[in-house]
Amino acid sequence: MTLFEFTGVSLRLGESRILSNVSMQMAAGEIVTIVGPNGSGKSTLLRLLIGSLAPSDGRITTAPGLRIGYVPQRLALDPTLPMTVARLLGLRRKVSAGQIEQALAEAGVAGLSRRQISALSGGQLQRVMLARALLAEPNLLVLDEATQGLDQPGVAAFYRQIEEVRQSRGCGVLMVSHDLHVVMSASDRVICLNGHVCCQGAPQHVASAPEYRALFGEGTGGALALYTHHHDHRHDRVPQEAAE
Amino acid sequence: MTLVNTMLDDFILRAVLAGLGLALAAAPLGCFVVWRRMAYFGDATAHAAILGVALSLTFSVSIFAGVLAVALAMAFTVSSLSGRGFAMDTMLGVLAHSALAFGLVAASFLSGIRIDLMAYLFGDILAVMPADLAVIWGGAALVLGLVGWRWSGLLTATLNPDLARAEGVDPRREQLVLTLALAITVAVAIKVVGALLITAMLIIPAATARPFSRTPEAMAGLAVVIAGGSVIGGIEASYHLDTPTGPTIVCVVAILFMLSVTSAGLKGRR
Repeated sequence: MTLFEFTGVSLRLGESRILSNVSMQMAAGEIVTIVGPNGSGKSTLLRLLIGSLAPSDGRITTAPGLRIGYVPQRLALDPTLPMTVARLLGLRRKVSAGQIEQALAEAGVAGLSRRQISALSGGQLQRVMLARALLAEPNLLVLDEATQGLDQPGVAAFYRQIEEVRQSRGCGVLMVSHDLHVVMSASDRVICLNGHVCCQGAPQHVASAPEYRALFGEGTGGALALYTHHHDHRHDRVPQEAAE
Repeated sequence: MTLVNTMLDDFILRAVLAGLGLALAAAPLGCFVVWRRMAYFGDATAHAAILGVALSLTFSVSIFAGVLAVALAMAFTVSSLSGRGFAMDTMLGVLAHSALAFGLVAASFLSGIRIDLMAYLFGDILAVMPADLAVIWGGAALVLGLVGWRWSGLLTATLNPDLARAEGVDPRREQLVLTLALAITVAVAIKVVGALLITAMLIIPAATARPFSRTPEAMAGLAVVIAGGSVIGGIEASYHLDTPTGPTIVCVVAILFMLSVTSAGLKGRR
């Protein structure tokens, strides 16, 4: 079953072309990571999928019954807004205290339901947002640079958590990584985006690479992998053109 | 003589009821004004009300209708300008104060009619008539209904627009609901505290409630209690001190705010 499909999707905002002719699809239960430099349109792609933006060209089709659990980039809560974890999880749907506890446990932050959001660490907040997304009973988890601001062990732990969730629930996972080189080793597919789909493929396991071990240590438990690829062609799109 | 005794005096009772109506509408809406950092937005809408007053007197329509129309126009202008890359605080400052200036100039042309500008700038809560009460409570019920109906959607859109989208909430629609509620509140409040002090009744009760609240709902509820208490305390104080009532109400809520901030600071230090 295909969860969603982009067919020749382009997006222009004013004079600048953000995405051109992007075609991709995702199968149920697949883990797909999108990597790309800043301004390559990664987050834009997710925003098209959740309906925040409409494509200028092309078509986006979603499977009937697609339920997206969305985890945004770090939630910037205004300090004037008081919010407990339990209240945040129950904001859009009626959930019992038991369901909240269960979702928090599944996301690895059991027992935090009475805490204020502002008192959480970056890693805890991301897990709380993951728990919130899980309450939607999603068949597709969408994570927009969910590991931003986490240190390497934090990223690794978060990726392991996602993998566990995927294994127990069988939902698809679509995520964006701000780091060109570090993606989740469990990814079935990595898509390199730079205004268009540059290339895609399976992430290479590099457990044996000494440079990798030296850089990230042994503590990541194999959750991180390098995705190596070559940019062997130039792009027609000249970024300066858009700025002028 | 206490306030309870003078309750029998009709004009005091009407003033209290008018103020409570405003408190009920303004306090929960004010929470969103605080959370979304829309204080200047409130100012621009409120200051446009003076222009509304001048226009209603010129065309002999009801003040409420005129103020509502101009406040709506201003609120939608500001709302559509936001997020388009303008320097928003400058833009709002320009709109807020030029609306006020144009309003005051327009009112000065109305030489044939004697209008008490002070009453519209600072409110004239003691002159509230039974018909005004109906308008105030009708407007307050509408605002409270709108905010209550859209509560979870408004909150989700306030947290993060993309999160709202993914959960089936259109952030632009929620913004529209707030804009509409704000315009109605301005029209309701002009008689009570006047154009210059409306924003105070929106943001000060909410800010006062913040240190003592753990959830958004608790903050909104506490803000209503604080605003209502300030209305009663302010009318009582202005009765004894012979001070203008609208500004006295705002002084009371401002004092409560300072106490709240101080006690929260002490609590934090301990």
